[in-house]
Amino acid sequence: MGTVLTVRDINVYYGAIHAIKGISFDVNRGEIVTLIGANGAGKSTTLHTVSGLLRSKTGDIEFLESSIARTPAHKIVSLGISHVPEGRRIFQGMTVEENLQMGAFVTKPDRIANNLEYVYEQFPRLKERTKQIAGTLSGGEQQMLAMGRALMSDPRLLMLDEPSMGLAPILVDQIFEIIQNLNKAGTTILLVEQNAQMALSVADRAYVIETGRITLSGTGKELAQSDEVRKAYLGG
Amino acid sequence: MIFLSNLINGLSLGSVYAIIALGYSMVYGISKMLNFAHGDVIMVGAYISFCGTAYLGLPAWLALILAIVVCTALGMVIEGLAYRPLRGTGSLAVLITAIGVSYFLQNAALIIWGSAPKVFSSLFEGFGSSISLFDGELTVTWEAIFTLIAAILVMIGMTLFTSRTKAGKAMRAVSEDNGAAQLMGINVNTTISMTFAIGSALAAVAGVLLCSSYPALMPTTGAMPGIKAFTAAVFGGIGSIPGAMLGGILIGVIEILGRAYISSELSDAIVFGVLIIVLLVKPTGLLGKKMTEKV
Repeated sequence: MGTVLTVRDINVYYGAIHAIKGISFDVNRGEIVTLIGANGAGKSTTLHTVSGLLRSKTGDIEFLESSIARTPAHKIVSLGISHVPEGRRIFQGMTVEENLQMGAFVTKPDRIANNLEYVYEQFPRLKERTKQIAGTLSGGEQQMLAMGRALMSDPRLLMLDEPSMGLAPILVDQIFEIIQNLNKAGTTILLVEQNAQMALSVADRAYVIETGRITLSGTGKELAQSDEVRKAYLGG
Repeated sequence: MIFLSNLINGLSLGSVYAIIALGYSMVYGISKMLNFAHGDVIMVGAYISFCGTAYLGLPAWLALILAIVVCTALGMVIEGLAYRPLRGTGSLAVLITAIGVSYFLQNAALIIWGSAPKVFSSLFEGFGSSISLFDGELTVTWEAIFTLIAAILVMIGMTLFTSRTKAGKAMRAVSEDNGAAQLMGINVNTTISMTFAIGSALAAVAGVLLCSSYPALMPTTGAMPGIKAFTAAVFGGIGSIPGAMLGGILIGVIEILGRAYISSELSDAIVFGVLIIVLLVKPTGLLGKKMTEKV
């Protein structure tokens, strides 16, 4: 197996606000690990800290056994972490194709065509719309583009932040099916979701985050059956 | 014929504004700051070119290249020393700093070159003064022609750069979403620095073209064209390349025609009056796009 990502005792502040209070977790090769929790619990902040957009005051973050806690965000991508941020944040004014090219910014030129083919295979919808301006895509298509863009850099670890947000149930199912496919194809996935039910159903392991702390952890199945999780996140 | 001649002069002045506006607009797009020192980089460019020809005896084209090189470096130094340390702080701090840099450049020029106007010799001196058309009824200066051509080339060049090259696309990506661009592996600091470099290189070109047509060179030479170009960038839709070009050309034409047919004292007031009306009707400027957020 082997550990891909180890997060050890990180503390993150927004000015005076102590958003992450000593979170530790790890992600093993080939797993789907999910962080669930309410809005504002610190899930997205955790992902931002891993990808280098935010800094932890303490602790360490190790990716493939080397510390990335002080590595600038733009260098972390080339190490093999791809982050699909909350709200997709695709480049709205660019075409689908240009967005995918941006995803391949640090990819070796001889891998780009290959990766593009893989992305179009996973998301045939994108292939039909290569020249379309990304801002005019539907919400589901934008999510697909954001995920496709992240796959262009050959990630070893794909971090997805709220991929189901704002999507119709049928699209949510589709997106989660794709997540499982990507995982089967060998990509390790760290998934942040408010839709705890969906997330737990696909996850190997899960952590519950409440107000900046991890309060529970276990396999996806265990947490889905735990009383606390059912009460708080699965609607009883 | 007089109208045609005014129109050509307007297009030529507008071309200079357009080149300056492009720099303003690109820098605003990428760093969301108004670089009020941009106009003064124009002035520095003109002085460097002046020194090249007058003191070093360089041919005009070589002096232009020298000006471009110096201004490119100057733009990067200004960004690195004055603006970068303030990134992430309030926009007001950066704005005040930009005004400070503007005065710094003007006063540095005052110390180095004095307050008396230098007579700038045109980049196109070698071509003779002008060409006559329609039996001498219409004279067009070489400066006007080349300025127009330069603006068109700059526009084509920048459009190709931002749509075809990797660096140009990275620039657009950072302009649109700085954080997402970092997640692609784009180095935001390098990209912003590059944008300042390009904007300042264009400012040098604009300075030399401006002083070729209007040869009195003073430390404040860049101030008014800088403001006008800023107006042009807002007029056309700040952040948009074709917008900056269109805005610049229109401002130049309105200014010259206003001066010729309405009132030479009021020409600036007319320019800004038109700006106000356009912004009342279309707050994003002529070609500015409003991004719609889709969830």
